[in-house]
Amino acid sequence: MSPALSINNLHKTFPNGNVALQGVDLEVQQGDFFALLGPNGAGKSTTIGIVCSLVRKSSGNVQVFGHNIDTHMEAAKSCIGLVPQEYNFNQFEPVAEIVINQAGYYGIERKLAVKRAEKYLRQLELWNRRKDMARELSGGMKRRLMIARALVHEPRLLILDEPTAGVDIEIRRSMWKFLREINAQGTTIILTTHYLEEAENLCKHIAIINNGVTIESTEMKSLLTKLHVETFVLNLRQSVNALPAIQGYELQLVDDSTIEVSISKEKSINALFEELSRHGIDVLSMRNKTNRLEEMFIRLVEEGAL
Amino acid sequence: MTLHQQYVAFSTIVIKEFMRFIRIWIQTVLPAMITMGLYFVIFGNLIGSQLSPIHGFGYMDYIVPGIILMAIINNSYANVVSSCFSSKFQRHIEEMLVSPMPNYLILLGFVGGGLTRGLVVGVAVTLVAAFFADLQVHNLAVILIVAVLTSILFALGGFINAIFAKTFDDISIIPTFVLTPLTYLGGIFYSVDMLPGFWQSLSYANPILYMINAMRYGMLGVSDIDVGVALGIIVAFVIVLYTYSIYLLRKGVGIRT
Repeated sequence: MSPALSINNLHKTFPNGNVALQGVDLEVQQGDFFALLGPNGAGKSTTIGIVCSLVRKSSGNVQVFGHNIDTHMEAAKSCIGLVPQEYNFNQFEPVAEIVINQAGYYGIERKLAVKRAEKYLRQLELWNRRKDMARELSGGMKRRLMIARALVHEPRLLILDEPTAGVDIEIRRSMWKFLREINAQGTTIILTTHYLEEAENLCKHIAIINNGVTIESTEMKSLLTKLHVETFVLNLRQSVNALPAIQGYELQLVDDSTIEVSISKEKSINALFEELSRHGIDVLSMRNKTNRLEEMFIRLVEEGAL
Repeated sequence: MTLHQQYVAFSTIVIKEFMRFIRIWIQTVLPAMITMGLYFVIFGNLIGSQLSPIHGFGYMDYIVPGIILMAIINNSYANVVSSCFSSKFQRHIEEMLVSPMPNYLILLGFVGGGLTRGLVVGVAVTLVAAFFADLQVHNLAVILIVAVLTSILFALGGFINAIFAKTFDDISIIPTFVLTPLTYLGGIFYSVDMLPGFWQSLSYANPILYMINAMRYGMLGVSDIDVGVALGIIVAFVIVLYTYSIYLLRKGVGIRT
C-alpha cells in the first residue's frame, strides 16, 4: 500500500534567493493523523504549497497515494483537500455557493454537490448561514467554511494548515471532535498547528521541520518518551517560607504556596510527595508547567536535531 | 478528469462568472447601454444627421456595427481582467489551482465568462441601437463569428493583463491607454478611406480595424478590408494570445509561487 504522502529531499529556493526548503523528507501512511510542526518560517506552508501545486518546487520528489506530482498532478490533486492558513474564498459569495462551486471544479455534478455541501455545512454547523455572504461570518465560521469546502470532493488526504488559529477553545474542541470522526472514517489528515496541545491530542505521528529540514519524524508516543525531564507546578495546602533540600529533585519556590519542580524520567513522583509530606508540606494539586510536546518541541528546535 | 467532469468544471466557472456580473448588472450591463446610447444620440443623431452618407449608408447606420463591437470588446476584457485579478487578489483563484482542472480549462472558464458578458452586453446595445437606427443583417454568420471571436480575443487579453497585474491600477492601464485609443482609431466613426495616406497605412496596423470592418460587413455588406483577411487576422490573434496564456499558466506566472 503506497503512503498517503511521500516527500523525498524537497528543496525550494525562491526567486529572491530565499532558501525555504533544503531537504525535507516525510512519509505519511494512509489513515494516519499526522502533525507537521515547526517554528514560523520553518517551511511547513511551503511544503504544503508544493504538495498542492500552489508553489513550484526547485527539486525533490513528491508522491500522493503513489501519484507523482510531476507526472500525474491531476490524479494527485484529486486525492487532496486543502484548508489553507489564510482565508482564500470570495468574501462576496454566499457560503453554500463557495462549497458547491468547489465541488464543480472537481467535476462533481451540481445535484450531488448540493447534497454534499448540505452534509458538510450541517456537520460544521454552518447550514443556517448558507445564504449569507462569506464576509459576514465570524473568524471561527470562516475556518469551518474552509474545512467544508476542502471536504466537499471527499478527499483521501486532508491537509489543514493551522485550522484552529484564532479560534476560541469551544469551537476548537468541536473541530477536533469533527476531525477525529473524519479520520476514523479513513481520511488521512495532516495538521500543522502552533497549539501543541492540539497536535498531542489528535495526532499519531509527528514531524518537525526547522530551517527547511526535517529534524524529526516519528510516532508521537515515542517522541514524548524522549523527554527526559518534566517540570511540574505544585500547589500547596499551607504557605511555606523555605524549601527543604530533597536529593535528586530541583525545587523552586514560585510564591509562598507554589513550588516548581523538575523531575527526571528515572525519579518517582510518589517519592517526592513522601519527602514533602515528611517535611510537613501537603500538596493540594499538581499540573505540568508546559505541555509535554511543547517542551520537546522547544528542545528539538533549539538543538537543531536530537 | 474525464471529459464529462471537465465539462462540469468548465460550466461551473462560466455559470459563476455569469451570476457574478448579472448580480451587479448596474455596474456591468447598464453602463454600456447608457454610454452607447449617448454615442447614438450625439454622434449618430445630432452630428451624423449633418453628414453625408458613407459607402451609401447614413452616418447612424454606418457607426452601429462598430459601436456594438466596441461594447463587446470593452466588456469581454473588463469581465476577465476584473474577475481574474480579484480572484488573485483575494486568493480564491487557489480554489481552482488546487483542483485537478487542467490549465486550459481554467483559462477557458474565464474566457467563457468574458464571452458571456460580451455577448449579453452586445445584445443589450443592439437593442438600444434598434431605437435609433435601421438595423440590417447582410450576413448573420459573419456577425456571429466576428462577435464571438472578438469577444474571445479580448477576454484572453483581459486574462493576460490580470496575470501580470499587481495592483488595481494595473488593470486599468491597458484599457485606458491601449484599448480605448485603438478602438476609437479602429474606424468605428469613419472609413479609413477618409484618412490621409500615412494615417491610413498606420491604421492597418491596428487589429481592431479588421474586427470592426468585418462586423460592418456582416451588418451592412461594406468593408474597407477583405472579410477573409479580417477573420484570418482575428483567428491568428486568438491563437497567439491563447498559446501565450497557456504558457503563463504553465509557468505559474503571477499565480503560483
